[in-house]
Amino acid sequence: MGEKSSAKSGKGVGIFVTFCAMFLFWLLLSGILDPIHVGAGIICSAIIAFVSHDLLVTQKWDKMLRKSGRFIIYVVWELWQILLANFDVAYRVLHPKMPIDPLVIEFDTSLRSDLAIVTLANSITLTPGTITINIDQEKGRFQVHAIAHKPADALLVDKTMQQKVAKVFMEE
Amino acid sequence: MVELIETILLAVVVLSLAAGVFFMLAGAIGLLRLPDFYTRLHATGKCDTLGEVLIIFGLLLYHIYYYSPGAELSVQLVPVKLLFLICFIFFANPTATHAIMKAAYNTGVKPWKKGDRRM
Repeated sequence: MGEKSSAKSGKGVGIFVTFCAMFLFWLLLSGILDPIHVGAGIICSAIIAFVSHDLLVTQKWDKMLRKSGRFIIYVVWELWQILLANFDVAYRVLHPKMPIDPLVIEFDTSLRSDLAIVTLANSITLTPGTITINIDQEKGRFQVHAIAHKPADALLVDKTMQQKVAKVFMEE
Repeated sequence: MVELIETILLAVVVLSLAAGVFFMLAGAIGLLRLPDFYTRLHATGKCDTLGEVLIIFGLLLYHIYYYSPGAELSVQLVPVKLLFLICFIFFANPTATHAIMKAAYNTGVKPWKKGDRRM
């Protein structure tokens, strides 16, 4: 009984949070504050919140907040890596001899959830010299195309990025 | 003081636009110079992301300084929309690159190895 009621209130909170997020998004995109536009925004956000609240709010609150905090720190590090990646590509492309030596590598990770795997895959694609080709979600296995041996070693030997993503999503 | 802030802001705008154009150019040169499909995707997938984001960021700052003060709310909110655009590019660009890469790999396009002839 107690569990059931808490699940129900969890659903209510989920709908409410989704509604607030959607309505804020609406206001930011429209910026017109007359009754017709705001009213239409409220109706649309309510429908969306009712139909798809389980897509946005999937876990307990404290866990989600902690994950979001860690995720923001990770994004800052990731932006720095993206900057390095671009200088790396620009260097390889503009160098007269083109220092490239492509290879395909595979490695396993401890990640299982959708969001964690998407984050790691997109991070790999954006960081220096590597692009994700295939992912086996059940085994957590990534297949990656690297433009030279050095960026491949960063994923195979150092594993900094895997550890960071695993820490963010608590799937070590 | 106001002039100093304006100069710094304009410098940041020009720098980010120039850096954006530089990375887009590097991506385009990479598309022409690199030997095969996969390595070309390296050039376009990474350089386009940062190039576009830097250009949008420059426009965003410019808008905040020159158009936002005293304007209507919907005009003031344009930087927010540009910010959303940056977020979507960061999600969509690597995903699209990965999708193209996966499609090529699954249909059997052979990766170029060092020492091979250019394709």
